[in-house]
Amino acid sequence: MKIALMGQQNSGKSTIFNSVAGYKAVTSNFPGKTVTYNLTKFNLFGQALELVDLPGTYSLTSFDLAELEARKYLLNGNVDVVINVIDASLLSRSLELTLQLLELKVPMVICLNMIDEAVRKGIKIDIEKLSKILGVPVIPAIAVKGKGIKELFSTAYKMGEKKKIGKTLNFSKDVEEVISQLSAQIKEKQISKEFNVPERFLAIKYLENDHYFMENFKNIDKNIFKEINYFQNLLKEVHNRPSDVVISSERHHLSMNIYESVVSLTKPHASLIDYLDNVLMHPILGYIFLAFIFYLFFNLVFNVGKIVEEPLLNYFYSIIPLIGKSINTGTLLFSVISGIIQGLAGGIAIVLPYLFPFLFGLAILEDLGYLPRIAFLMDAFLHKIGLHGKAIIPFILGYGCTVPAIMATRILESERDRFITSVLAAMIPCAARMTIIFALVAFYISPKAAFAIYILNIIVIIISGKILSRLLPEITPGMILEIPAYHIPSIKVAFAKTWLRMKEFIFVAWPLLIVGSTILSLLQYYKMDMLINNFFSPLTSLLGLPLVVGTTLIFGVLRKELSMLMLIQAIGTSNVAAVMSTTQIMTFTIFVIFYVPCVATIAVLWKEIGSKRTLFTVAFTFVLAVILATITRFVY
Amino acid sequence: MITTLDLAKESQRVKVVDVSGGWGIRQRLGCLGIHPGDMITVKKSAIMHGPILISVHGNQVALGRGVARKVTVEVG
Repeated sequence: MKIALMGQQNSGKSTIFNSVAGYKAVTSNFPGKTVTYNLTKFNLFGQALELVDLPGTYSLTSFDLAELEARKYLLNGNVDVVINVIDASLLSRSLELTLQLLELKVPMVICLNMIDEAVRKGIKIDIEKLSKILGVPVIPAIAVKGKGIKELFSTAYKMGEKKKIGKTLNFSKDVEEVISQLSAQIKEKQISKEFNVPERFLAIKYLENDHYFMENFKNIDKNIFKEINYFQNLLKEVHNRPSDVVISSERHHLSMNIYESVVSLTKPHASLIDYLDNVLMHPILGYIFLAFIFYLFFNLVFNVGKIVEEPLLNYFYSIIPLIGKSINTGTLLFSVISGIIQGLAGGIAIVLPYLFPFLFGLAILEDLGYLPRIAFLMDAFLHKIGLHGKAIIPFILGYGCTVPAIMATRILESERDRFITSVLAAMIPCAARMTIIFALVAFYISPKAAFAIYILNIIVIIISGKILSRLLPEITPGMILEIPAYHIPSIKVAFAKTWLRMKEFIFVAWPLLIVGSTILSLLQYYKMDMLINNFFSPLTSLLGLPLVVGTTLIFGVLRKELSMLMLIQAIGTSNVAAVMSTTQIMTFTIFVIFYVPCVATIAVLWKEIGSKRTLFTVAFTFVLAVILATITRFVY
Repeated sequence: MITTLDLAKESQRVKVVDVSGGWGIRQRLGCLGIHPGDMITVKKSAIMHGPILISVHGNQVALGRGVARKVTVEVG
């Protein structure tokens, strides 16, 4: 049996999903973080069940790619039961999606999630009455605390067995009249079979002028368009409003009526967290706090990282001479073993100390609900580079890892905005590149120099954004973004999320690091590295870098942090400052930050923006990196 | 007095009269509970022609200035 979680954005679907799957889907407090579906299998009453977590969608009329994905999945018809997850504190608005799901006539259960938050807001819901009106079971839950989850799934299972569907609720008489006439036409022409949806659902979607159903006809019957047009105009004339507004107003009124009949309002309990926006979203203080929070955040990451990096690094590098005592240093075996150790050392001592505090801090900010606030504060600035506030979310995620950042561009409505945001997000120093900035520049030069790199990076991104939006002069659709209530982050969830993101590093990057260092050792042993270095010599001499850096740049395309670790291996010492001047360290770092995204990023770009635009991004960032690094060489 | 939402002042309570603009924007705002007849409270207005923050049906929504201009409201 297949169960699908369907609900509006930020209603807690992924939290419910994780409560049966373990922490597999990233949860955060911002609308639209799930951009693709997640699937898991689990057992209940000895039955193998499948659970799918779909991207949040406000309505069954889709606007962005993530919503479209959710609807497509649902309409494909493999789902046996739908769990409609509702944020109980936003019941009236959430019911609009529920009404549309009922029109689909699939077995359904409603999960009234965050019921504690609703109580805090002074919203008391008569659950029995709501269930009676809609004709489907309603289960209250607090997903973050795991409350109500068992009952939810056992009820869902029963509904799937019985194949029981809910009630269809009617709109006003005259609107229903139009719907039933159009439904009859649709039935006669057998169109709804093509889409595998009930006639009434399709009739309503046509009256709403839903683009997907209007355009995706296989058997084009011109007459049906005339009919649809006729009925759309009929509604328009009677109500003096476009037919889609008539339908959405009808649905809105119906939801409000249900809401009013099941809810009794009491006085809300105000808590301190409600006043947070008075400072964090204040027109002036908001920006001061934004700068302060990020200053604090990066300082913390650097200081934690530094304390751990030094002793660990010293430990690892004291091992190699010890091995030299038992194995002859000139042999192949020694090369391989020292390669493996250096790969391990790089991962444990250089990357992890910075990666962990960074990802943990990011998780806390995400779960608190700060990201949408940043979108609000930055909207005006992003308009200056032809984007809108929501684009800041992929950018911030980009400081963690570029791959999810580019996936997150799906929350943007226009293709042009997605393209520009993807290219710019690829230029943001991800956590891997951050470790280079911290472990090389901040460690050997100064924290101020590292900070300057971040500022330079932002300036370059702004200029690139301006250039790209000049080249594609289309007006951004403007921001419409829900600002969710703050949630006090759960340390357990933050750890789980950090671990989920670290796993990618440990299981993908680490083996690569070790293989990479071994290959480099072998290349050095057979003196093959000189061939590569000579090939790159025009570039390295342009940038004024040591010849041995050439090989390391290839590794950087695999994983950015490899460049630095390979550098340490290639120059043969962990004390970089002994071999490279500060100018060289700076030039190297600037080049590595900007040049060609890593392979994982290239793959996701390919998928999201297409091959041509990906190749453009690769060329664009390479040229940019060469120019910036050359300038650094002569200016710094 | 009839005006557009971007011109409404902070902590003013207004009633939606009409949502102009295309199908997409009407639908999108409708999903967030903004239809003709709904009451909106303006909570904050960002600097430099930035977005406005409104509260509608107990929920906060940020609207870009250009989007807010498309919502006609009644003040008073």
